[in-house]
Amino acid sequence: MDKTREDILFFLEKDSRLTAKDLAVMLGSDEEKIAAELKAMKDEQIIRGYHTLINWDKTDREFVTALIEVKVTPQRDKGFDEIAERIYRFDEVKAVYLMSGGYDLTVIMEGRSLKDIAAFVSDKLSPLESVLSTATHFVLKKYKDHGIALEKKSSKDERMIVSP
Amino acid sequence: MKSFVNKQIRELPPSGIRKYFDLASSMKDVVSLGVGEPDFYTPWNIREEAIYALEHKRTVYSSNAGILELRKEISKYMNRRFGLKYKAETQVLVSVGASEDIDLVMRAVLEPGDEVLLAEPCFVSYKACIQMAGGVPVIITTKAENKFRLTKEELLSKITDKTKILFIGYPNNPTGAIMEKEDLEEIAQVLRDRDILVVSDEIYAELTYGGKEHVSIASLPGMYEKTLVINGFSKAFSMTGWRLGFACGPEDLIDAMTKIHQYIIMCAPTVSQYAAIEALRSGDTSVTAMRKEFDARRRFMLKGFADIGLDCFEPEGAFYLFPSIQKTGLSSDEFCDRLLREEKLAVVPGTAFGECGDGFIRCSYAYSIDNLKEALVRLGRFVSK
Repeated sequence: MDKTREDILFFLEKDSRLTAKDLAVMLGSDEEKIAAELKAMKDEQIIRGYHTLINWDKTDREFVTALIEVKVTPQRDKGFDEIAERIYRFDEVKAVYLMSGGYDLTVIMEGRSLKDIAAFVSDKLSPLESVLSTATHFVLKKYKDHGIALEKKSSKDERMIVSP
Repeated sequence: MKSFVNKQIRELPPSGIRKYFDLASSMKDVVSLGVGEPDFYTPWNIREEAIYALEHKRTVYSSNAGILELRKEISKYMNRRFGLKYKAETQVLVSVGASEDIDLVMRAVLEPGDEVLLAEPCFVSYKACIQMAGGVPVIITTKAENKFRLTKEELLSKITDKTKILFIGYPNNPTGAIMEKEDLEEIAQVLRDRDILVVSDEIYAELTYGGKEHVSIASLPGMYEKTLVINGFSKAFSMTGWRLGFACGPEDLIDAMTKIHQYIIMCAPTVSQYAAIEALRSGDTSVTAMRKEFDARRRFMLKGFADIGLDCFEPEGAFYLFPSIQKTGLSSDEFCDRLLREEKLAVVPGTAFGECGDGFIRCSYAYSIDNLKEALVRLGRFVSK
């Protein structure tokens, strides 16, 4: 990968609020050049969004996350892509990964309740023609997401205030 | 009652940093640019290895020079990173931080009255260690207009027949200066035909920026035999509190230093040594990410100083900036004292690193960007007053 792009993504992945101006200072480049790279990477679908990492457990929003292992029959000419797309088109599906090993697709979904998830699995997912079986696991607590521990034990700077 | 403390120690000035530490610690809501250690904590895999070592009763003494396995890793590391070949068995000593090596080498080498050329501004303990070992520090003042690099002319002007050691520390604390291969070559030319030992403190070797890689003076032709390289785990692997450093150099010198080390220290902490093995086997990727972060902050701060109107040479190593405050008309001490009292911002006066540091302050950028932003606001407000 181009060095400028690599550096932009290194910092942006950790803090999406950084502006082209900030990045230009941090990387010793100029603002127009960074802005152009950002746009190009968006056009090339390298950058697919600028999200916020939220610890929903700290809020009173009630919802359930489930991880569903799905076994499917791949289709001639299309492999797994078409069935994956059929699944990820549902709004409540947050992530779909093709896996190696004991099953084929990992589906991560959110619903308001266990019932919601159960309904989705039995009414939407299982009836799909290529789906052979599903195994649903509910997430009890999220400790770390996107490389960030959701509950930081202490943010105190342990260092002495001045040292040689 | 009469003090039992001897004259030399009585007269030895305390580190110029202590005063600010005491004052800053007594105040609330202080923002600091005063630390000399990374803000990254020791990577978990290294800490985990130490826990494993504790669980497996690795809590006993190690051999004096350090666990052989660690010395072998250090030997590989020095070769991999700096192209220096040292025999693990006879040319590597594991110490209680690079600071101990400074003390050891001075004691092992100096006879009373021997002169040690010291490039200042520099780390606070160099001069004291020379003096405590009976040596005479001869200061060479490096200059901002030379990017705080040591020049051949400056070196030549201070060499006498009593000169025993040239002591350099690059990448430099407090200036952030580096010495590139050509600069070192000039110094090497002067030293090749002379019996002067080079003591090179390379503790910040992993932290160089703008695509510039650290070069050790020991890697230049003819210099290997007359150079002691000091390094450690504090900065590169964020292991300051583990107290672990090392020295590599000629066999007779390492042997002599090991003798002193054996009597005064016995061995470096065993648990730290096991952790360090893990650091050297696995740490390169975390070092790379840390360097990238530091580089961005360095640029961020340079821009900030420029906006405030503080002159600062562009440092290419360590994690310090050394801006000039001469424009303000204040001495370094006054500047730092008032900055702390009026804006609750702690920085270190240049004078802590040698008298020639007057007119400068040391600002560390081992902080998050948010912290640096706040510090710049306070600094800007103070300077504009």
